[in-house]
Amino acid sequence: MTTLAIIVAYLVIVLAIGLFSHRFFKGTSEDFFVAARTLGPFILLVSLFGANMTAFTVLGSAGEAYMEGIGVFALMASSSGLVIPTVFYFVGPRVWALGKRRGYLTPVQFFRERWGSDGLGLLLFVVQIALLVPYLLIGVMGGGSTLTQVTGGEVPGWVGGLVICVVVLAYVTYGGMRGTVWVNVFQTAVLLALGFIAFWVIVNKLGGLEAAMGRVAATHPDLLIRGEHIEPWKLLTYTCIPLSVGMFPHMFIHWLTARSAASFKPTIAFYPVCIAIVWIPGVVLGVLARADLPDLGAAGANSVLVKMIDLHAPGVLAGLLAAGVFAAIMSSFDSQVHAAGTMFTQDIVRHYGFHDRMSESRQIMVGRIFTVAILIFTYLLSLVVDRSIFKLGVWCFTGFAALFPVVVAAIFWKRSTKWGALASTLTVAVLWIYFVSHGWKSADYTLGGTGIMPVAAILLASTAAMIIGSLLTRPPGAETLEKFFPAEAGRA
Amino acid sequence: MKERNAWKWPLYAALSVLYLLHNDLWLWYDATLVFGLPVGLVYHVGFAVATGVVLTLLVLKAWPDHLDHEAGGEGGH
Repeated sequence: MTTLAIIVAYLVIVLAIGLFSHRFFKGTSEDFFVAARTLGPFILLVSLFGANMTAFTVLGSAGEAYMEGIGVFALMASSSGLVIPTVFYFVGPRVWALGKRRGYLTPVQFFRERWGSDGLGLLLFVVQIALLVPYLLIGVMGGGSTLTQVTGGEVPGWVGGLVICVVVLAYVTYGGMRGTVWVNVFQTAVLLALGFIAFWVIVNKLGGLEAAMGRVAATHPDLLIRGEHIEPWKLLTYTCIPLSVGMFPHMFIHWLTARSAASFKPTIAFYPVCIAIVWIPGVVLGVLARADLPDLGAAGANSVLVKMIDLHAPGVLAGLLAAGVFAAIMSSFDSQVHAAGTMFTQDIVRHYGFHDRMSESRQIMVGRIFTVAILIFTYLLSLVVDRSIFKLGVWCFTGFAALFPVVVAAIFWKRSTKWGALASTLTVAVLWIYFVSHGWKSADYTLGGTGIMPVAAILLASTAAMIIGSLLTRPPGAETLEKFFPAEAGRA
Repeated sequence: MKERNAWKWPLYAALSVLYLLHNDLWLWYDATLVFGLPVGLVYHVGFAVATGVVLTLLVLKAWPDHLDHEAGGEGGH
């Protein structure tokens, strides 16, 4: 009962913040889709961080650590802490500057104009939306299963998924990007605080960190090292996965919300430490759980944090944990739903239906209609797909990461052409389907069992396709270069 | 501007060195506890802090200031 009361209170606060944000709505499409490009440094840091956190950060990190040990932190957290802010540094402010200068609201608008190709824009739209759908489903299904777990099976999964959809629907359709950002700030604060509280309470109950870790060292010493759990090649090539932030449509659209390029500075500087703060509790508690709950197996590992809290601190903490999981799910889910709604409105309806001429109020109305439609579609789909969708979600990171050469070439390589971008995108699509079909049965698939992640091979191939495809075709004209490389054009 | 250019390449090099240091093969089988945590985990927490320091220097000393000027606004869409 306490758990449910905390969850309800949490959702009411989220709803209130989202709806309150509407008071600052300026009634323009730019405000609805990118918060009028007004976010300052702190808000940008918190909202970008929240948009990139998922349920996996809270529950999956502990589950992976329970199975594979402390190596999970190096594999997924510290690598992200290096790669993601580096991508933000090189790509984020440049995308923002181009977006502000040219009035872009979506990644497809940028790519379509950069290479002067409607066909390429449409292809990237289809690929990005197709890779986004499994994420949306994971959010809805993850929320449902969390609520079922923390209530001991009292609340069925479909209720949790429905609750998430309804709450997100309310504040995203009403508040647009501003509502999404305000709620994300609150949710990220909850997420950061929750890990620390759960860690503190449980470790104290276990008699302190040294004593608890000593018990694991005695019973499962392999969890305290990388050992045979993670191959060196896997650690090296896994660093390709976080490149996916460069092509996530919701991250791209979030970049466009910044007030200035300088607004990115705190995000870049503090991101590695924020990642560590969120991941350390999950990884340590996952490892410690092996001494208390040695027989969960792979199937039960994802609920290990819930079980640890049930064992050592039921009641209020269980409710807070559920709130934290909801925070992680909704802070990325709302951004993804908003991004999908923005893309359908701008890249399809406005571009093809109205030849890019559409009134402000109509854009907002269509944006809201698509947000509702996407949520209904996602929710209904979540009721019929099976849990293998979670496996597909992992592969989607690979797809987005492998598309990274497209955004890099668009920003930095003047000689790149639409044919190079097309070749790169199609290479990703073909190889992604090939590797998914080959790796589907193995949860730990790597190339020939070497530890090399498929993403590294696809990334190399898509880079080669971009270079060869561009060099074999006619260079872009002077008009394009002036539009996208004004500084260089001015110097020349 | 010259001072910023002087910082840029050393900091890019520092990012590359961090990328190499991420692969701590020398701690692969070391289960020593430091402050109650396995040394392989402590190393990567330290790695995250070191990354934060390099990135802080990057935004302070090698920031692409020209982007704010370039963003003027042409109203393409």
